[in-house]
Amino acid sequence: MRFVFKTSYDADISLFKHRAQAVWYGLLLLLVLATPLYFVAIGDAYLLGEITGILILAIAGMGLMLLTGHTGLPSLGHATFMAFGCYLNINLLGAGVPWLIAFPLSGLIAGGLGTMIALPVLRLHGVYLALATLAMSMLTSDFVVIAEPWTGGIAGAAVPDINIFGMEINRYSTPYKFYYLVLFVAILIVWFYRNLLRTPTGRSFTAVRDSEISARAMGINLTRTKAMSFFLSATAAGLAGALFGHSAGYVTNETFDLVMSITLLLMIVIGGLGFIHGAFFGAIVVGIIPVAIANGRTFLSTTFDVNINVPGLESALFAFILICFILFEPMGLYGRWLKIRTYFELFPFYRKDMFKRQKSYLKTDRVQ
Amino acid sequence: MSLLEIDNVTLRFGGLVAVDNVSLRVNEGEVFALVGPNGAGKSTIFNLISRFYDPAEGRIRFDGKDLLKHTADQVPSFGIARTFQNIELFEQATVLQNLLVGRHRHRKTGMLSNIVFSPKAYREELRHREAVEEVIEFLNLQPYRDKMIGGLPYGVRKVVELGRALASEPKLLLLDEPASGLSVEETQDMAFWIEDIQTQMGISVMMVEHDMGLVSAVSGRVMALSDGKELATGTAAEVQSHPAVIEAYLGTGEISKTGTSRA
Ligand SMILES: Nc1ncnc2c1ncn2[C@@H]1O[C@H](COP(=O)(O)OP(=O)(O)OP(=O)(O)O)[C@@H](O)[C@H]1O
Ligand SMILES: [Mg+2]
Repeated sequence: MRFVFKTSYDADISLFKHRAQAVWYGLLLLLVLATPLYFVAIGDAYLLGEITGILILAIAGMGLMLLTGHTGLPSLGHATFMAFGCYLNINLLGAGVPWLIAFPLSGLIAGGLGTMIALPVLRLHGVYLALATLAMSMLTSDFVVIAEPWTGGIAGAAVPDINIFGMEINRYSTPYKFYYLVLFVAILIVWFYRNLLRTPTGRSFTAVRDSEISARAMGINLTRTKAMSFFLSATAAGLAGALFGHSAGYVTNETFDLVMSITLLLMIVIGGLGFIHGAFFGAIVVGIIPVAIANGRTFLSTTFDVNINVPGLESALFAFILICFILFEPMGLYGRWLKIRTYFELFPFYRKDMFKRQKSYLKTDRVQ
Repeated sequence: MSLLEIDNVTLRFGGLVAVDNVSLRVNEGEVFALVGPNGAGKSTIFNLISRFYDPAEGRIRFDGKDLLKHTADQVPSFGIARTFQNIELFEQATVLQNLLVGRHRHRKTGMLSNIVFSPKAYREELRHREAVEEVIEFLNLQPYRDKMIGGLPYGVRKVVELGRALASEPKLLLLDEPASGLSVEETQDMAFWIEDIQTQMGISVMMVEHDMGLVSAVSGRVMALSDGKELATGTAAEVQSHPAVIEAYLGTGEISKTGTSRA
């Protein structure tokens, strides 16, 4: 059991709650920094590419987490913002803009476009926003086809390599550099995200999520706050989209489809809504399922000569996992982790109802 | 000078006249109470001041400025803070975080400096924490400081909501039934706090309350309302013995000298 004695306000404001936590995150950082060494040793970087993919998903997931998990606005259209980021990046690079400028710029423009699209529906409530973003996601493929001069349409577009001051980075020829680059972006966004949550901006987001009435009564402008969250969210998605393009090497009108939007949303629900960790846990699950299924298939066919070829197995398994989470662990994987950790920290004082939320009171007098 | 001036305000919900030509003044440093049977329009008056509703007629001025020219989220910047009859806290946040949202009107840094956690943002954060820590101390909320609202008992939530309003350092505090659902001891604490808020912090208070015991204990002037109309204004004793007030409460058995609070 650990007691945290607070000696100054810094204890609340600092990034880590206590020394031990800082040490754990330090070790985690060392681990992710050292991961490539393992792949250098075995001389096969295939799985490192998968890990990089998970990090890219986590970046997009953090974007969506900010909007849905922390501001309470659902979006079924984040793949569209990824598409914005990806194609903007391709076109800026094609126009000779250096990557160091093109990459952040495509994120920011994606954020701006996302906000412009969202503004008209931000005044509406949850389900309308979900429907509007769903519609947007369904139209994305068509727009990519229509915008052929910039997107390559159905034929698709090749994504130029990254070039930072003469250093070429390509997913296949320099997988380690690409991994470190994506890792850097991911860590930077985690840092921004943490800062946001410990300052007024982040608190205004969670206030809007928990009670719009109260938020207004505290002086928070709903439309501006939601728009701000949308901007940051779509920017992160745009950055993830640009990286996704570099990772895929080639993108078509079917790359950023509705399935991807839905996957992102499911991902953060499985990971744990309202926690930055949730984006990573979710991305790991989403990243591992296809690999696990592929490995399982190979294992079955090579050792037992059984060939399972069920189309849609991945989606079905995914849906199944999701339903299990909604039924048994609404706080997601991160919630599960929190419970396990609390159990050990408080041993033997853990109570089963510790994480149960009190039933909220009737809200008959709520202002309409 | 009067801090809050409400003149001939009327609000209709369809055919129902919820507030009917009501005028009132809340003076600086005073505790002003609104009483009346259920559905009298008390909470609606609060919602009008908060600018959640637009009155059909009338004026609402605060500190000499026309509140009706401003939106709900601009009201706190004048120095008006409020609580809600049915507790509207940020459920999935800690007590500390809830109180910090109360500081929103004093916010001086923008999104960008928040994201990079600039030195300015850091200094601002320190100031907010200090202010909030004072409120926590005042209301004895230390044991709940880092607890999630979701798991707190009703009485504590009421106090947290008061704390969140106080954290904004208002000039006028609107309390909608601060003692409803509280135990006798908790109501007693609430009475002491309201007195301290008035006398030590110099904050004017306007409150809606059914518990006449609490009303007589803390308030200077009292206004009784029924069906959206003013019945009487005066001291608690005057209002309670006013014929129109007795008439309005007749049969409801709600008003009494000792003050039985509603279930
Ligand atoms: N948003 C609304 N739409 C329609 N009618 C409303 C609305 N809000 C309140 N009313 C009606 O206006 C009248 C006054 O309501 P109000 O909530 O102000 O009463 P109150 O004096 O606060 O009563 P209580 O003591 O029960 O809280 C009631 O008849 C109520 O039903
Ligand atoms: Mg009321």
